[in-house]
Amino acid sequence: MMRYGLWVATWVFILVVLVAPPAMVLSEALKDGLGAALATLSDPDGQSAIWLTLRVTVVSVAVNTVFGVLAAWLLACFRFRGRQALLVLIELPLSISPVVSGLVWLLLFGAQGWFGPQLERWNIHIAFAVPGIILATLFVTLPYVVRTLLPVMELQGRDAEEAAVLAGANFWQVLWHVTLPGVRGALLSGVLLTTARSLGEFGAVSVVSGHIPGETETMPLHIENLYNGYQSVAAFTMAALLGVMAMGAVLLRSAPEWIARLREKKA
Amino acid sequence: MSIEVSALERFAPGRRKPLLSKVSLDVPDSAFVALVGPSGAGKTTLLRAIAGLDPYQGGTVSLDGQVMKDVSARAGQVGFVFQNYALFPHMTAARNIAFGLDILPAARRPTRERINERVRELLELMQIPDLGGAYPARLSGGQRQRVALARALATGPRVLLLDEPFGALDPIVRRSIRSWLRDLHDRLGLTTILVTHDQEEALDVADRIVVMQDGQIVQDASPVALDRSPATEFVMEFLGEAVSFPGDVRSGRMVPHDPLVQPFAVPETVVDGSAVAMIRPYEIQLVPAQPGQEALLKAAPRGARNGYRHYVLNSAGHSIPFFLPQDGVDHALEGAALDVSRARLFRDGLACL
Repeated sequence: MMRYGLWVATWVFILVVLVAPPAMVLSEALKDGLGAALATLSDPDGQSAIWLTLRVTVVSVAVNTVFGVLAAWLLACFRFRGRQALLVLIELPLSISPVVSGLVWLLLFGAQGWFGPQLERWNIHIAFAVPGIILATLFVTLPYVVRTLLPVMELQGRDAEEAAVLAGANFWQVLWHVTLPGVRGALLSGVLLTTARSLGEFGAVSVVSGHIPGETETMPLHIENLYNGYQSVAAFTMAALLGVMAMGAVLLRSAPEWIARLREKKA
Repeated sequence: MSIEVSALERFAPGRRKPLLSKVSLDVPDSAFVALVGPSGAGKTTLLRAIAGLDPYQGGTVSLDGQVMKDVSARAGQVGFVFQNYALFPHMTAARNIAFGLDILPAARRPTRERINERVRELLELMQIPDLGGAYPARLSGGQRQRVALARALATGPRVLLLDEPFGALDPIVRRSIRSWLRDLHDRLGLTTILVTHDQEEALDVADRIVVMQDGQIVQDASPVALDRSPATEFVMEFLGEAVSFPGDVRSGRMVPHDPLVQPFAVPETVVDGSAVAMIRPYEIQLVPAQPGQEALLKAAPRGARNGYRHYVLNSAGHSIPFFLPQDGVDHALEGAALDVSRARLFRDGLACL
């Protein structure tokens, strides 16, 4: 009886808190019909927002994956001075409000910032431009790959890598043939979390972007803009699209499991 | 390939006490040496330093007279087998074995066919010809051990370093793989260093035994010499069960404190003073009681092992293990005194010579 009660409570909670909001978004988007919803996506500012979001996501995922792998490897394999400090620093973006992380970039590269005027003279624009948006997203999504890889790498230990080194493998060969294959599940997980987070980042991007429609508006910013302009069908359609993209990324995390299960069924 | 280790020193980061303190070791070509000692003695540390896996702060390691700088200088010349095998879980046994060849730069890499041929040879040599396609997770401990050994040998090294390779195997597999390993060593003309905490294993397989304690080599000798004249009380105890009889050396005779233990003659070179006589339980003799003398030592038979019947004698409040060859009549024992004249003498922990 107790178990049944818990089961009901869990599902009610999940339905109200997790399922209802996306369902509402979808129903709002489709309230004038599918055609009307899709028509809103042909708006040039909306399309520019979709492209910008995809670009920012690709860049931050690529950069943070490379950095994350190397940092996790360094932290897992070596004990050095300042290791603890580095661990705390890497987690900083998780604990600090994204708005603050956005402000930091403005402080550095804004018109009144430390480097802003100098860069302005060289005609390099970072604040209120795409580079600023990428930097802010990079900062916010930095911890995910490192944090998912690190425990798995520590568990894996160094023996296999040492065996590879003694067999004559160089640094890149060890990384490519031994270390990464051993942690591929965790790596995929980290990459997809980074993707989902990059797609949806609002706070940090909002501060540095300057909200220039068609230029520096990402999907989340564009959604806010549309909503504030009473274009609710367009806003919710864009929101639904963003939600589907993020959910797709998260669902892909379980793909290796499904594939393995399918294979086992066949075998 | 000969291995010379000279004055090797290694410190753990931030600790004063060295992990290895000025360790020197000469291993001639095609020797089979066992490094033994309790946990924390520095056996594995020394082995890893020889392989170049850990940095050391002083001293040198040379192979065939050439000083080795880092691990890449040793690559391909030194085969190393890890305690937990350290196989690559995402590769088949065959790819694990071929790893050292697969990663060679294209100019030096043998052809695909040649590599596969070599893998087949090694699987054959390891007596697991059908397991090339299996992933490590599907192999038993003994099979993983053989794959790890094949991988270590794939590039044709002449030095083989083994870190507790039999630790995780059950006793029967252990014994058979041990003699098979010795055979392999002889057949391939390898120079082998084996780390083990099992002295029996070491005595079985090695030509030379190096006993370590607290980051130092305490004794380096053949199994026979080690048994005949252990350098310290620690070595004596480490090599097998030993019984101690404290006493005094007086004008060429050792007089144990226990009145039931007979005094015995010692070499003239041993100066007078207190000493400890240590002896193996099977070397103790029981002196029968003379007519009219009371037999104070009594013991009932216990279990038997390796052809010896075990007894426990109670003398002056402490019990003394005592082994007799099994002769079919496992009767209770009686005696008046103990003859320990085959004991080794130690003073302040060191052998008296």
